[in-house]
Amino acid sequence: MPTTRRQFLSLAGSATVAGTIPIVTLRPLEATPAMLTAAIRNVVGEAQIRTGKVKLDIPPLVENGNTVPMTVSVASPMTANDYVKSIHVFNEKNPQPNIGNFHLNPSSGRAQVSTRIRLADTQKVVAIARLSDDTFWQVATEIVVTLAACTEEMN
Amino acid sequence: MAALINVPAKAKRGDIIEIRTLTSHIMETGFRHTADGQLVPRDIITSFTCRYNGTEVFRADLFPAIAANPYLSFFTIAKESGKFEFEWIGDNGYSSTASASITVE
Amino acid sequence: MTLWRAIMVAALVAAAPALLAGEIPPDARRSGYTFMGPDTRAMQDDDTSNPGMLFVLDGEALWGKKTGAAGKACADCHGDARGSMKGVAARYPAFDKALARPVTLDQRINLCRADHQQATPLPYESRDLLALSAFVAHQSRGVAITAGDDPALKPFVAQGRDLFMQREGQLNLACTNCHDDNFDRRLAGAPITQAQPTGYPLYRLEWQTLGSLERRLRSCMSGVRAQAYDYGAPELVALELYLMSRARGLPMETPAVRP
Repeated sequence: MPTTRRQFLSLAGSATVAGTIPIVTLRPLEATPAMLTAAIRNVVGEAQIRTGKVKLDIPPLVENGNTVPMTVSVASPMTANDYVKSIHVFNEKNPQPNIGNFHLNPSSGRAQVSTRIRLADTQKVVAIARLSDDTFWQVATEIVVTLAACTEEMN
Repeated sequence: MAALINVPAKAKRGDIIEIRTLTSHIMETGFRHTADGQLVPRDIITSFTCRYNGTEVFRADLFPAIAANPYLSFFTIAKESGKFEFEWIGDNGYSSTASASITVE
Repeated sequence: MTLWRAIMVAALVAAAPALLAGEIPPDARRSGYTFMGPDTRAMQDDDTSNPGMLFVLDGEALWGKKTGAAGKACADCHGDARGSMKGVAARYPAFDKALARPVTLDQRINLCRADHQQATPLPYESRDLLALSAFVAHQSRGVAITAGDDPALKPFVAQGRDLFMQREGQLNLACTNCHDDNFDRRLAGAPITQAQPTGYPLYRLEWQTLGSLERRLRSCMSGVRAQAYDYGAPELVALELYLMSRARGLPMETPAVRP
């Protein structure tokens, strides 16, 4: 029986998993485009970024990428000795990787910020918190953006 | 141009209160072109500050990825009666301010 | 199947004899609000998070501001808008006796400017015109729509209905094909609504600003690859009038928020 193209691709995929010559390369989950990485490094320097503590709330299905409600919260007691200094939000595919930097202090009481953002396409959004001990914590979420059926030309 | 501020009029000392602000601004990204191919220059709010009786309690740096008519919600602890002052600063010398009072019991 | 459909149609006709085929019965009319996700609803529900309210505030300031050669403000004739403008937008477009045709709320504002304030007309979709019409229409929030009830409007409602039913553009689609026959389905990722104009001028997330019903109609027309009518064209006014009469009974929501 001749191998069809589809069967070949699926075989190639399993071969990758098995550790032989990768014919179909899947982009690893942690891969980030250079601009996003550079923007993050610009904020955190060489510090290690750990996963956790940060929560990113964006509707599972965005109705319009031009105005997307977003809430970032960080699990922190927000005391004088243990608080969130800042929250930094980045995106992967907009023309520019930064979304916003939010500066907090112990008198914030709660480490939570909401705003409305623009997402040009379905993409990854990363939120990073800098705590008072200068450790960095992050969360990354893939956001699906539906495109409007009828859009206007710019006038 | 208008701004909408939501600060509770009254709070108990030590309460964590939510502050919501919404201000009029087009937040032109600087990445769009007109129909005849001209780049529309960037015109955004770059910075927002909230002061509580003169002390900064929240600050934000904004980028073109913030939607038009920027909305911000954040928290602070009600410490004493007084005034919240809000300031938005942006491109082309843009600056606007607003304020709200609170009574803390 | 065919027989079942015939029975269904017969039942419909028996239940609502005045209803034309394909039209939405009054108790099935739904605001675009009901087609939105919870986050967009929340944005409309809370006045301090509804960006349309920024325009209402601007409109309130304009209402009290003296303008034109006559040096008069809207408030000098109409007083407190909370009383004088309540329910007005729910009746627009309304018949103008002098012009012998319906005028939209935007056109009424500009007629007032010309006749009573001796001021230049505000351009369509300009911030000031949107702000004023949003402020006026906001006074009718919660009021049931009754536009089109005036018998003098009958031929114009009929004209608007004809336009609503007429196929147009390279896609050869009529408004009715989507908004009567296929609401609750999806076009690309977006839900198709019933096209009930309950909240204009409204804040569209797509636009990131407030816009009029005429802007929305024009963008639908370019969506079906048709030549859009100019702002203020009699056809757009007739369509607006038909749409408002078709939404009869639904409460006004200005300023609504839509995706």
